[in-house]
Amino acid sequence: MTRPTQDRTNRFAFKIATVNGTGSASANTLLRQAIFRMGIPVSGKNLFPSNIQGLPTWYEIRVNADGHVARTPRFDLMVAMNPASYARDIAEVVSGGWVLYDSTRPLDRSLLRDDVTFLGIPFAALCAEKFAGVRERILMKNIMYVGALTALLGVELDVVRALLSETYGRKQALLDSNYTAIDVGYEHARAHLACPLPIRLERMDALADHILVDGNTAAALGCLFAGATVAAWYPITPSTSMIEAFSSFAAKYRKDPASGKRRVAILQAEDELAAAGMVLGATWNGARAFTATSGPGISLMSEFIGLAYYAEIPGVFFDVQRVGPSTGMPTRTQQGDLLSIVYASHGDTKHIALVPADPHECFTHAVAAFDLAERFQTPVFVVSDLDIGMNDWVVPRLRWDDTYRPDRGKVLDAAALERVEKFSRYLDSDGDGIPYRTLPGQSAKGAFFTRGSGHDRFGRYTEDPPAYADVMERLARKIENAAAHVPASEHIPAAAPATVGLIAIGSSRRAVIEAQARLAELGIHADFLRPCGFPFAPDVAGFIAAHDITFVVDQNRDAQLHHLLIMEAGAPREKLHSITHFGGYPLPADAVVDGVLAAVQAAAPVEPRRRIVEVHS
Amino acid sequence: MTYIAKPRVHHPSLPKNALGLTRRDYEGSMSTLCAGCGHDSVTAAIIEAFWRLEIPPHRVAKLSGIGCSAKTPTYFLGGAHGFNAVHGRMPAIASGAAAANRELTYIGVSGDGDSLSIGLGQLCHAIRRNVDMLYVLENNGVYGLTKGQFSASAEIGSKTKRGEANRQAPIDPVLLAISLGATFVARSFSGDKAQLVPLLEAGIAHKGFALIDVISPCVTFNDHEGSTRSYQATRERDVEIVSADFVPPAEEITSSYTMGDVAHVTMHDGSMLRFRRVADGYDPTDRDAAWAYIQARQAAGEVPTGLLFVDTSVPDMHDLLETVEAPLNVLPFEELCPGAAVLDSIQARWV
Repeated sequence: MTRPTQDRTNRFAFKIATVNGTGSASANTLLRQAIFRMGIPVSGKNLFPSNIQGLPTWYEIRVNADGHVARTPRFDLMVAMNPASYARDIAEVVSGGWVLYDSTRPLDRSLLRDDVTFLGIPFAALCAEKFAGVRERILMKNIMYVGALTALLGVELDVVRALLSETYGRKQALLDSNYTAIDVGYEHARAHLACPLPIRLERMDALADHILVDGNTAAALGCLFAGATVAAWYPITPSTSMIEAFSSFAAKYRKDPASGKRRVAILQAEDELAAAGMVLGATWNGARAFTATSGPGISLMSEFIGLAYYAEIPGVFFDVQRVGPSTGMPTRTQQGDLLSIVYASHGDTKHIALVPADPHECFTHAVAAFDLAERFQTPVFVVSDLDIGMNDWVVPRLRWDDTYRPDRGKVLDAAALERVEKFSRYLDSDGDGIPYRTLPGQSAKGAFFTRGSGHDRFGRYTEDPPAYADVMERLARKIENAAAHVPASEHIPAAAPATVGLIAIGSSRRAVIEAQARLAELGIHADFLRPCGFPFAPDVAGFIAAHDITFVVDQNRDAQLHHLLIMEAGAPREKLHSITHFGGYPLPADAVVDGVLAAVQAAAPVEPRRRIVEVHS
Repeated sequence: MTYIAKPRVHHPSLPKNALGLTRRDYEGSMSTLCAGCGHDSVTAAIIEAFWRLEIPPHRVAKLSGIGCSAKTPTYFLGGAHGFNAVHGRMPAIASGAAAANRELTYIGVSGDGDSLSIGLGQLCHAIRRNVDMLYVLENNGVYGLTKGQFSASAEIGSKTKRGEANRQAPIDPVLLAISLGATFVARSFSGDKAQLVPLLEAGIAHKGFALIDVISPCVTFNDHEGSTRSYQATRERDVEIVSADFVPPAEEITSSYTMGDVAHVTMHDGSMLRFRRVADGYDPTDRDAAWAYIQARQAAGEVPTGLLFVDTSVPDMHDLLETVEAPLNVLPFEELCPGAAVLDSIQARWV
């Protein structure tokens, strides 16, 4: 809680505390989008309750000219619009920061702090004056604080107005109300408060060729472009919006122009068990199919996942992770499903899993997942999380190569079957661990019985130990071979030669990059490796071997990635040091920096070459 | 035990269907069920029905869950792809498969444990989706592979081999299906091939979900004195309500029924389901009346069989999903992927 001393232009974080169900989401989106349009690196994290209406909800926005926009727990400004959470909201502001609140009613004196500046605007009173309806007054209060923040933070008013007109273009009355609310908030702040604050925005040009999108939408788009024709699902936060996005894309881009009918089947199943079964039925029949779910859904799908692994049926499973175990905290984020996914189901199983770091990778990994599933004839998981899936991220524009054609894997059609003397479903005739499969309806010669019960290499039922083991050993080889085909790891080397390594996956990426930079300022140089898939590519073991100590960052209690590296990358336990963060909010760089410093100081209790003199939020 | 292949020698005098195939071409491998198992009779009826319908075996997908019933698809249509799913979850596999390729014929074989306990939800929702498939429920009131526990279809008072009486009310798949809005509901007895074969043919021709509950006694665990699902008990209680005859589209309709009240239902593919009301005034197209009638007869200790309900006017899963006529699994990639230019236009909203 050090008072910031330097110029805070485009380097600060603020948080908006509201009540859920009051329409604040669109106001917050507007604000974040306006900052994005000003070309300033920005992130928005929606911390919402598992509830429809009436409970506290927060939206955190961080801007950082250097691109460090991972979540930070330190807020320079709190927009306190919810009296029910005033106490904890005001306590979260850094010393020297600001609190913007609705001064229609005075703040309880016990809430006041000497070290922060309170900025009061009578939002409720102004709304009552300007708007007639009760609902409109509630909604416009949100837009009004956007107006006030536009003045206080130096958001370009033209950008805000342009965004409103794009959103409400044809609804003139709504547009007028929004304009009024923005203007009233803006003018009131300009007239009564010192605008702009030292934390302020200034147009940059850092985001050329970038987009603002959430991971679920990007993943849905990946499924559309990969040619998925069957989606089966059961509603579960935080994955539901992925299917909703897929449905709306499909409604537009999968309509047969002649008949108006759809080139897609989207099946809302009775539960996740059925959703998994539908995916397998569809892929068994030669369609590209996927489901989207979260941890509890993966638990329910596990029996079918084992069948798919053993009977070698492709399928793409998106797991948008949330906090477990059980119902856990359904609207909070975690990387808690890693182990349960890679070993999902009973018996000996192991699965290919791709771990996107942001919405851009949700798109590219989705496409890769369909190719891998069909190439390796096995379930492939795309392991995202709530932070990626439901928050809008600034990411490089998505690209598509029109020469791309799906890898449908080793499938024998009727003509190919004619050339085969005898078809045996599970025979490794090429020595790559992958047998040939056939699709129903093609030819009686390709007929076989898909079964989860014991089968030999010819596809025949068996209870014979060597025949069973023969298939299981080939399956192990097949999945091992996939290590060379999962998306390549990302290496971000330190600026100077490093003996320290950092390994993290998925949404931890930005926080770890920021931590890497802050550690470098302290004289601790660390290389960062981010595996993008499982089984681990060979460079993962090499990275650990090449460093004296590697810090493994997990967003779960049990250090699941850390343990997986020991089990599956052959990492020597003594060379790894675990850093965990698992409360449900996205990983902040602080957790990584603190974890590394604590270990370094414990190992060699000497002063780092430079102390932290200031804290960037 | 591994795999028992049947010899593939055909006697030249075996009758052939229009495809030039004999009944032997519709067989699978040798049954490994107990000698006398009702399920083997059902298998024989299925073979007969597909042969008579002249469906090429490779254009059929045969699916099952887990249990004795689930083994039976191995014993018919060796030229068809088969799928032995997990316990009670065959309807999900069938739904996904049917979604991907609407042109194949789907037959699912299940049992009373598979359908009425672990898979009850899946059965209900497959009915609700009206997946175009024939669903044969081989109903013996008992779990065979785990050696004789009651299933959810066991009637109150029915006794296990060890003499224990069942005290819980049964779930009746026929009444359940009718109440859920099923579009084709029949019941038959594995020992009555003459009744079962036309029902199977009609169920295959029906566009939508066709449920046939087949009382299929378990000779090992549920064929004793005191069981209500034994051969003897079923023969004594079986009362045919509607006798159905199936007339394929190409065949001229000549009445083989000379007595009683004959009616016709035209199936989606142009075939004809011709039925004779054995019971006075029974109308298998009136859902409420059918439900009430069956309920009353069962309360009187009878097992009403035959075509119990049919409605050919209800949209099936693909109609409801508004999918294209071509199977989804053969659509060219160019029709599925919108391409780079569209990706750019979509992203115009995200800047």
